[in-house]
Amino acid sequence: MAQMNLLQAVNNALDIAMAEDDSTLCFGEDVGHFGGVFRATSGLQEKYGKARCFNTPLAEQGIVGFANGLAAQGSRPVAEIQFADYIFPAFDQIVNESAKFRYRSGNEFNVGRLTIRTPYGGGIAGGLYHSQSPEAYFAHTPGLKIVVPRNPYQAKGLLLASIRDDNPVIFFEPKRLYRASVGEVPEDDYQLPIGKAEVISQGSDITLLGWGAQMEVIEKAAELAANERISCELIDLRSILPWDVETVAQSVMKTGRLLISHEAPITGGFAGEVAATIQHECFLHLESPIARVCGVDTPYPLSLEKEHMADHLKIFEAIKRSVQY
Amino acid sequence: MNARTHMPEKYPSGAEVHSPAFIDGHSVAIPILKILKEDGSLYPSADLPELDQAKAEKVYRAFAFHRVLDERMIAAQRQGRISFYMTALGEEATTVGGAAALEPQDMIMAQYREQGCLIYRGFSLEDFMNQMFSNEKDLGKGRQMPIHYGSNELNYMTISSPLGTQIPQAAGYAYGQKLQGKDAVTLCMFGEGAASEGDFHAGLNMAAVHQAPVIFFCRNNGYAISTPSDEQYVGNGIASRGVGYGMKTIRIDGNDVLAVMKAMQLARSYALEHQAPVLIEAMSYRLGAHSTSDDPSGYRSKEEEAKWQAHDPIARFKTWLINQKWWDEARDKALYESLREEILAAVKVAEKIAKPPVEDLVTDVYDQVPKHLEKQLAELKEHINKYPEAYPFTAGRF
Ligand SMILES: Cc1ncc(C[n+]2csc(CCOP(=O)(O)OP(=O)(O)O)c2C)c(N)n1
Repeated sequence: MAQMNLLQAVNNALDIAMAEDDSTLCFGEDVGHFGGVFRATSGLQEKYGKARCFNTPLAEQGIVGFANGLAAQGSRPVAEIQFADYIFPAFDQIVNESAKFRYRSGNEFNVGRLTIRTPYGGGIAGGLYHSQSPEAYFAHTPGLKIVVPRNPYQAKGLLLASIRDDNPVIFFEPKRLYRASVGEVPEDDYQLPIGKAEVISQGSDITLLGWGAQMEVIEKAAELAANERISCELIDLRSILPWDVETVAQSVMKTGRLLISHEAPITGGFAGEVAATIQHECFLHLESPIARVCGVDTPYPLSLEKEHMADHLKIFEAIKRSVQY
Repeated sequence: MNARTHMPEKYPSGAEVHSPAFIDGHSVAIPILKILKEDGSLYPSADLPELDQAKAEKVYRAFAFHRVLDERMIAAQRQGRISFYMTALGEEATTVGGAAALEPQDMIMAQYREQGCLIYRGFSLEDFMNQMFSNEKDLGKGRQMPIHYGSNELNYMTISSPLGTQIPQAAGYAYGQKLQGKDAVTLCMFGEGAASEGDFHAGLNMAAVHQAPVIFFCRNNGYAISTPSDEQYVGNGIASRGVGYGMKTIRIDGNDVLAVMKAMQLARSYALEHQAPVLIEAMSYRLGAHSTSDDPSGYRSKEEEAKWQAHDPIARFKTWLINQKWWDEARDKALYESLREEILAAVKVAEKIAKPPVEDLVTDVYDQVPKHLEKQLAELKEHINKYPEAYPFTAGRF
């Protein structure tokens, strides 16, 4: 085991993937020699050459379109979008092309080998355009897989699984944790399952569900709740699409309560989908309405970031309301 | 089908040949306009822009303001007083010169490194500071990162971070000016990196087909963060694309403010008179880091930077002004000293101004605050009242 931060874990996973398969490529804006603006790809060009790890022109639409072509041809592209806020110029290539390649051609062609990595999320004083969590836009699109790791260990195992998965995967990396989250990560190859939630800690009064950087915030809220003798069960969804209904439903049947928290605005956010499904699955087991603690329905502001965020205090208050309902 | 088809009456121009002749991507040679030499003297017989002493001084004062602002704000960022900053070190001639050739009613739609345009137009020092400190006096209400300026009064469209988005918008803005018969054009600025975005191609084509009075101005400074221009494009720079889209195109020395002004003055009168777009490619060099989050030593050499120091557009223009007897070293020293003092004082004022009130979280999302946001705000206020120490900027202010 080695101590790695989240960036090093991503870098290590990319290194393993490029070493095992000559057709694996990493590219994107500033990804080559510089190693990406966050340095997630550092050292890869030196090791695998300019043909397999390179800078692209500044065109997200071009990056994903190019990656779709590569994947259709049989290569294994891992494309980087510098910030998730800038994935929207590539929206058409992802939503209309990556997601539908296999379906529309009757599997004559597919882009299953494609992985798109992108840093997402707020809490870094990034304002409107360096803070968004756009997972819900893509969750509305059949044909994609969406994965969000919460720490370095998860990042490596889930990224390797994403790269090897035979479906296009969008891998959202919590940039607030890139350097802040450090942990034990095996140097060897391992994979964590896509589509499977993880129960992080057991509890009896309420289930708290989240993903990515929000897990840290939820854990802090659970600690506050524990001081008030409220026992929380914590689940990291890990995959937004497909998502693990069974694990969440089982937990809610046990605790009788569910709170979902994400950074993105509440309206149309993925918490709504989870709430609707769990209400259907667990209706007779619920002791209180399913709670959602999410971002305010506004663009992500700079100076009022704290107010906008679904922080541990807002979650703590919602836990108490739910338990006292 | 209607007999009148949309087939063009003739093919685009060119000779008929009967054995294949591919055209080389570099075969369109594009000249570069230079007026002022590195040593501050003029190229013999160069065509000067319209420029009197008062305007020349205004340009120079904007240069000096820009230099000192950049120097002070980099220091402020290092001291943790602001979170982020971007300089335009070495490229000031493109933006200050660009704005100097326009009229106040002309719209400027910039990328982010163009504060020189705003300085020339007279955006106040307080306005600069309030934006960077994202306080309650910021015209943008503290919502965007530092350097995302905007001013309706000065016809400077508020900056949006996603690259290239202003390019098709500028085409549309200019087309609107044309329909309304305005005596105005739109200046659209962007980097050579942003010129790779789909929006660039869409924007130029829209402007060309619909003949919009827009001046597309590419600051080609050699890098897009760490990516050098030879990994950004092959072919004859950005100017060749203007030719491809069928618009008047010129390449200029972007470190020569007289060349910038000359080309811009001609571009403006052409765009206005013919109600048609123009493309200018200004060759320059980004002397500073991309931003305060960047370290250029990871991708370019000290020698390269040193070589470009010698092309400093401000030093070049200053020498010319002194040669003209329009300026002298004593006035120069006094100007820089007073700017340093003023800017430092303005930093101290701006950082003490309160952050925006919590109500500003929900305004301007729509024209009026809708019910659901009113409700979310009320819940938020209740929550803040419970934990005032956790939300120090807004607690106790409603
Ligand atoms: C759509 C989009 N993609 C990526 C970015 C991140 N980004 C910000 S600046 C920049 C480089 C821009 O280079 P260039 O256009 O040449 O302008 P310069 O910084 O050199 O002035 C990048 C990649 C962004 N802001 N928007």
